[in-house]
Amino acid sequence: MPNLLEARDVRVRFRSKSVIKSLLERDADPFLDAVCGVSLNVQPGETFAIVGESGSGKTTLARAITGLVKAQEGSIRYQNKELIGLSDSQFRPLRRDIAMMFQDPIGSLSPRLTVEALITEPFKIHGVKVDDYAAEARRLLAMVGLPAHFASRYPFQLSGGQARRVGVARALALSPKLIVADEPTAGLDVSVQGEILNLLAKLQSELGLSLLIITHNLSVVRHISDRMGIMYLGRFVEQGNTDEIFEQAKHPYTQALLSANHDPDPDAHSERIELQGEVPSLLQRPMGCEFHTRCPNAKDICRNKVPDMFSSSTGHEASCHFIDNI
Amino acid sequence: MTISTLKQMFFMPNFNFLISFKSSIKRLCKEPLGLLGLILVTLIVGSAVLAPWLVPHDPIAIDVMNRLKGPSIEHWFGTDQLGRDVFSRVLMGGQVALMVAVSAISLALGCGLFLGLLAGFGPAWLDHIIVTLFDTVRSFPTIIFALAVVTLTGPSLTTIILVVVVTSIPIYGRVVRTQTQALSAQEFILAERALGASMPRVLWVHMLPNVIGQLLILASMDVPIVITIEAGLSFLGLGIQPPTPSWGTILNDGYSYIRNTPWMIIAGGIPLILCTLGFTFLGESLRDIFDPKLRKDI
Amino acid sequence: MTELILDVHDLSIDYRTPRGQLKALRNVNMTIPKGKIVGIVGESGCGKSTLISAIINLMASNAEVSNGGVKFLQDELFELSKKQMQAIRGDKLSIVFQDPMTSLNPVVSIGDQMTDIQYRDKVSKKEKTAKAIKMLDRVGIPDPESRLAQFPHEFSGGMLQRIAIAMALLVEPDLLIADEPTTALDATLEVQIIYRLKELQASQGCSILFISHHLGVIAELCDEVVVMYSGEVVEKGSVRDIFHHASHPYTQKLLKCDPAAIKQKTKDLPTILGSLPDLIEVPKGCIFADRCDSASALCLEQKPKAVQINESHVANCHLLDEAGAMYA
Repeated sequence: MPNLLEARDVRVRFRSKSVIKSLLERDADPFLDAVCGVSLNVQPGETFAIVGESGSGKTTLARAITGLVKAQEGSIRYQNKELIGLSDSQFRPLRRDIAMMFQDPIGSLSPRLTVEALITEPFKIHGVKVDDYAAEARRLLAMVGLPAHFASRYPFQLSGGQARRVGVARALALSPKLIVADEPTAGLDVSVQGEILNLLAKLQSELGLSLLIITHNLSVVRHISDRMGIMYLGRFVEQGNTDEIFEQAKHPYTQALLSANHDPDPDAHSERIELQGEVPSLLQRPMGCEFHTRCPNAKDICRNKVPDMFSSSTGHEASCHFIDNI
Repeated sequence: MTISTLKQMFFMPNFNFLISFKSSIKRLCKEPLGLLGLILVTLIVGSAVLAPWLVPHDPIAIDVMNRLKGPSIEHWFGTDQLGRDVFSRVLMGGQVALMVAVSAISLALGCGLFLGLLAGFGPAWLDHIIVTLFDTVRSFPTIIFALAVVTLTGPSLTTIILVVVVTSIPIYGRVVRTQTQALSAQEFILAERALGASMPRVLWVHMLPNVIGQLLILASMDVPIVITIEAGLSFLGLGIQPPTPSWGTILNDGYSYIRNTPWMIIAGGIPLILCTLGFTFLGESLRDIFDPKLRKDI
Repeated sequence: MTELILDVHDLSIDYRTPRGQLKALRNVNMTIPKGKIVGIVGESGCGKSTLISAIINLMASNAEVSNGGVKFLQDELFELSKKQMQAIRGDKLSIVFQDPMTSLNPVVSIGDQMTDIQYRDKVSKKEKTAKAIKMLDRVGIPDPESRLAQFPHEFSGGMLQRIAIAMALLVEPDLLIADEPTTALDATLEVQIIYRLKELQASQGCSILFISHHLGVIAELCDEVVVMYSGEVVEKGSVRDIFHHASHPYTQKLLKCDPAAIKQKTKDLPTILGSLPDLIEVPKGCIFADRCDSASALCLEQKPKAVQINESHVANCHLLDEAGAMYA
């Protein structure tokens, strides 16, 4: 099956010093790499989760895919069309197919527009002819399980969960093929997280959507994604089928993340892996394996040599010097 | 075609910061200074608008026999050096003052809004140009600028309005620019860009309604400042020319004839004071009401 | 009789709002014994922020205590004067907030902040600095001496939260209140912080009131747990009572909803349907009745009484008999 979305060696750099300062300080490389060499595929109808903590570059990657941030190197192909290098006006028609949901449910809704205006914005922006905006709004609200009278509400009158649903409705307006969801469960209580995830799963099976979910919440990833990639300092350290990774994580960082998800049981005997120190600054990337500063198993070779990426026949990849068998 | 469809075709922004208009007025009335401000402003605006019908005498009617008289039943504020009724002149002066203020501020607001939105949201080079423009204009002392303009165009109402507009645009522009910059970083703007909204659309539909509330409050607090500028310029003879009444010219006349009667100074000064107090109290109370961060309760 | 550090007895707090009295807390009873870690579990709207603001007596201007009180050590907090309350805060009672980026003064160096809070100790500045360095080391800040001169913006979120904890424990309080201290942090940092907190608590012997909606952390850290829903305590007990023998329908449902607890992969995650009740017109029956699967007519009519299930375990539900078993 041809990939819906294909990213190869994507690199996103930001200036860490102004042009003048870098000239004065003779800094040859005044950039920081938020994303350095990421490759992933998303197939039609599948859910891919990008997992990482703060500073991993996952949000930057998501924004590069949706064209909100310019990637400098690599390729991002949507239905075989190259996205990197497109101007805003060239990208615009593709935005009907690639929709994005943002982390802050209420903050991502324009505060002075009603829900109806918000979810029909895509029609107006793309000049899609609509006879009755109110009816369209009702249809979209019904798809996300919100009653029709919500159409006249304002964002500040919505709860977090309701605002998220409005975000989903807006993303669905022009029948996209790919939805990129940035932390869809952030800020939601545990008792309502399930609602939004169930909704996304239902829409996916009904509409054949692909989902690219960005999150740091591993316990949620297990239930909704088919494949996942774990990011650290702008790179994937491990990638593969979700079930396989949960069963047998190969990279020490993944193992630490999995162990950090506390089982809500006071008698749970799982050994928690405590990582040393903090995430290094992107301006001072560690040598060799970038994870060695925090890795409990770090040896000399890790400090000096960048590990190769090992991959299995099932597409499970991990880069570490000490992978026993993959 | 319904109104809503028409609205969408011309992508009208939603000026619904007035959604809570009634409750805002109620809250305003609970604040003592706010209520005072509201009363004063209503009085001033009302009397200015209705001035032609409220004046007991013709403001420019000369009656030299009765010059420089103190207050009486006939003339509540007395008469000036040409026997004109000061009270009527004060009322008409109010109309002139308000007219100058409203037209000057509206023009300045419009231009400042436009330039500020561009500077805040547009490309960096445009921002630099606009800010440099603002700073250059602001660095001119107002009086010198006014003198220069008067030399070019002669003293008149238009002169005043021009001076006020040009010196106010950078003030509004900077406020709008700062607010726009703060908003550009917000997620909903990013979300609209992700939907494919063009820059004009983002500015018109999403930025403008969120910025204009603060701006209107700023503008209302500017009214007394503009009126004072007008009075000042007219006082110096650079603005309104006789016989048109203006608070500034009344003050000027009062200053010349202060040994004969103090009443003209008082008559010229009181409306300025009330105007300044009223608009300032109102503006500050409105700002406190509309700023959720200043609320101490939940 | 174990000594109680904190005794919240029958506390009810209302907020005056334009629509009427919002009954944010209703007859809340909970205690914190000496040397124990008590966790409060609750979702948004349960009243935990109001409870904390009551304990530290820094409530919003429209808050009213309509009933009950808070006893801290030997004092009834609401009867103390402002000065007396100030003497307690930062000395016997300290607090760590959720967002470390905003809870520290951005224009004062860390070293200065840490010596400032020791202002009540009559020792030299050198000794205060030494104490600060020692504490920073104990919370895991590498090379603490060199970092004293640095400012909050030079530290990451995880480091700042550790500094905040160091500051809170520096004064050797009787009670440390930790209000969602790890919510803003990544999971791997959360692990580190929890371990440090456990170590420090064990060595200092203070009590901790730990608020979180992260069930896994509560299970790991706390000795006792209080479950709050919409302004009421619906269940409380030892950590095993709550996690292994949850008796209130809300607690049971909440535990089921935690994705970490669900072992089998599923595309149909459990949720609690419905929404929070209006606290201005508080429903007359059980507060959870309209969202409870097992609600009966009695539940809608009458407020449930507290049922003592065992020595430590209490739940407020009509469906429980004295042995703590559910009817039906």
